[in-house]
Amino acid sequence: MAVRNSMLNRLLSRSSDLGVARWMSSSSSSSWWKSVEPAPKDPILGVTEAFLADPSPDKVNVGVGAYRDDNGKPVVLDCVREAERRIAGSSFMEYLPMGGSVKMVEETLKLAYGENSELIKDKRIAAVQSLSGTGACRLFADFQKRFHPDSQIYIPVPTWANHHNIWRDAHVPQRTYHYYHPETKGLDFAGLMDDIKNAPNGSFFLLHACAHNPTGVDPSEEQWKEISYQFKVKGHFPFFDMAYQGFASGDPERDAKAIRIFLEDGHLFGIAQSYAKNMGLYGQRVGCLSVLCEDEKQAVAVKSQLQQLARPMYSNPPLHGALIVSTILGDADLKNLWLKEVKVMADRIIGMRTALQENLEKLRSPLSWEHITNQIGMFCYSGMTPEQVDRLTNEFHIYLTRNGRISMAGVTTGNVGYLANAIHEVTKSA
Amino acid sequence: MDSDSVFGAIVRAPEDPILGVTVAYNKDPSPNKLNLGVGAYRTEEGKPVVLSVVRKAEQLLVNDQSQIKEYLPIVGLADFNKLSAKLIFGADSPAIQQNRVVTVQCLSGTGSLRVGAEFLARHYHELTIYIPQPTWGNHPKIFTLAGLSVKTYRYYDPATRGLNFQGLLEDLGAAPSGAIVLLHACAHNPTGVDPTLEQWEQIRQLMRSKGLLPFFDSAYQGFASGSLDADAQSVRTFVADGGECLVAQSYAKNMGLYGERVGALSIVCKTEDVASRVESQLKLVIRPMYSNPPIHGASIVATILKDSNMYNEWTVELKAMADRIISMRQQLYDALSAKGTPGDWSHIIKQIGMFTFTGLNSEQVAFMTKEYHIYMTSDGRISMAGLSSKTVPHLTDAIHAAVTRFG
Repeated sequence: MAVRNSMLNRLLSRSSDLGVARWMSSSSSSSWWKSVEPAPKDPILGVTEAFLADPSPDKVNVGVGAYRDDNGKPVVLDCVREAERRIAGSSFMEYLPMGGSVKMVEETLKLAYGENSELIKDKRIAAVQSLSGTGACRLFADFQKRFHPDSQIYIPVPTWANHHNIWRDAHVPQRTYHYYHPETKGLDFAGLMDDIKNAPNGSFFLLHACAHNPTGVDPSEEQWKEISYQFKVKGHFPFFDMAYQGFASGDPERDAKAIRIFLEDGHLFGIAQSYAKNMGLYGQRVGCLSVLCEDEKQAVAVKSQLQQLARPMYSNPPLHGALIVSTILGDADLKNLWLKEVKVMADRIIGMRTALQENLEKLRSPLSWEHITNQIGMFCYSGMTPEQVDRLTNEFHIYLTRNGRISMAGVTTGNVGYLANAIHEVTKSA
Repeated sequence: MDSDSVFGAIVRAPEDPILGVTVAYNKDPSPNKLNLGVGAYRTEEGKPVVLSVVRKAEQLLVNDQSQIKEYLPIVGLADFNKLSAKLIFGADSPAIQQNRVVTVQCLSGTGSLRVGAEFLARHYHELTIYIPQPTWGNHPKIFTLAGLSVKTYRYYDPATRGLNFQGLLEDLGAAPSGAIVLLHACAHNPTGVDPTLEQWEQIRQLMRSKGLLPFFDSAYQGFASGSLDADAQSVRTFVADGGECLVAQSYAKNMGLYGERVGALSIVCKTEDVASRVESQLKLVIRPMYSNPPIHGASIVATILKDSNMYNEWTVELKAMADRIISMRQQLYDALSAKGTPGDWSHIIKQIGMFTFTGLNSEQVAFMTKEYHIYMTSDGRISMAGLSSKTVPHLTDAIHAAVTRFG
């Protein structure tokens, strides 16, 4: 003990001699984090924070993309409640494998690739359970960086803001491609095709499979076919972010059309799938990342590498959400119930689009609002400027992101009139 | 005509050394097989267990129709965060009372370590982390991928099967000022060797004198000694001196919530203002990783921690698990002594927590797997949680055979 004490004393005095900062007296030291700047608020999630803080009884939240029923209330699907009832008390809560729940992943692949997909039977798809869509995109971005370190990612303009953060944190440089056409409030197809052709061969592209976020503007089937063809010519790698399958048209098969087209054309691509919206499992963080490979051997190799990236991030994915998904999709009755409930959600949103557009037209708005019903999915890219958005918030207590994106899921028969009125007020002299 | 894959050149990654043990175990058809690999608690009957109090919490949640499962905030469930901080730092901790602690919900211990490491890589000035030799196999990868440079400090002494305290002090003493130091709060994984309280105090003094930043990994609070407070002492003495530190907490073992991925990262800062800025920067790490953490497990934890009856129930069940493990240590030691197995096996009862670092080498381990169908990591680490009174004789025979054959 005496030896150790004297050694400690020697070490302490040596560091004194080196003039190193002391920590003996806490009051004299300052924080290591003094220079840490306050980070800017997340533009999307910050909207809900502001909404919650607003005391006005008229306030409307059309910010974050979480579904609301016609009473403006969040919804837990009946199929989910039933699944949770069955799960409670039954699971041992042991670790899932690094790649997640095998059963859940298999059911999820069927949704994306087709119920009877040969690719699934042939085990050509490397797939892992992921932390919803964000986690799937991040795993892919890390994977892309590791195995194609010199590659870039082409991202549409505009896109979900977090896409930029994800590929940036994965250290993958970003380029953009034309997508939204402000003049038509539709797709800039010519610009899009030009960018695909001009990108170096073998570029990585991020595509929204359906219900583009934030614009709601999707290519038509014909346009998807042309995009797919050009991708073949250029040898580009398509990465699909599919966060709204079922939610866009009400029919999951129909919403997977772009993927089916690319499959027919023989592309090998990747997909990020999320159950946040279409099963209302937002907080459970459940999704899937898949990478279509040439053969089973390659799929095994790719999956093992994806797991190598997951292990130092979170070891293995959370169980509960995966159990809900596999319980529902693995039971014919529950699956049918789910499909019905998804259609109800999608139909309500389509109904609100119609109602909002009609209200604005009734108010004799000088602008065209056709884009509200041309666009699809949870969001409407209204075309409003940040200044107009600020007025909506400050004068009318209506909360949305400053890019003018309206979450149609937050629109109800109760507030659509008020919303239309407010939009008319801030845009009528535009 | 299908495209060539752009990932065609990728080779299959090796199995994770720890999780791979269970994969191999599952493949073995032998009726005598024993899984002493991954650290998940098992009952005397060798079954996984869900704590009764967890089942209660589960039922409360599923019966609560008003519970909505939307996105948690980026930093997770607020109640959970507050309660987790109290659990590790103590309800009366001045650091908490002074609002100097930022706590964010993360994905179990792994996720907490990764988020903390990413934060350090972006905002700290000394990007080297010192990890003990040996440590949990996943530690180096977590820190490397986060962007930190990893060095080691001496920790385990194979000669004594205890702590190499001299080596530890020398190595930390030689570390550059400001370097980050990973400390296992209790029940060191894989060795089960912990510093004494006196040794912790010396470590604290040395680290503070050199401005070394402590990053605690607390994966076994309550699981080691059976007492939540005793197992948090190392952390609390550091916080008590007013200095800063990071703590990664996991509820995988002590609440048996393994697969639900529940944990928390706390950063103890000098001031409230600093803590608030740090929190905002942690969000920027989390959002592009997974946006916000999973709600289910954290809800279970919060339900239990905030209800004093459920909390007490939990401490009783936790102590029972810890006691069973301590009893397994005693039984294994007694059996090896009775059998006259060559060597000093007292480290089995001196070490603490879920794991015993047997001191067996990889040759002996491979022999035990092949001939006795006993599965463990090749470093000789066995999970005591996987043992029962019934299986102690089988393990004793295997160790005896391995040591006499390859001793």
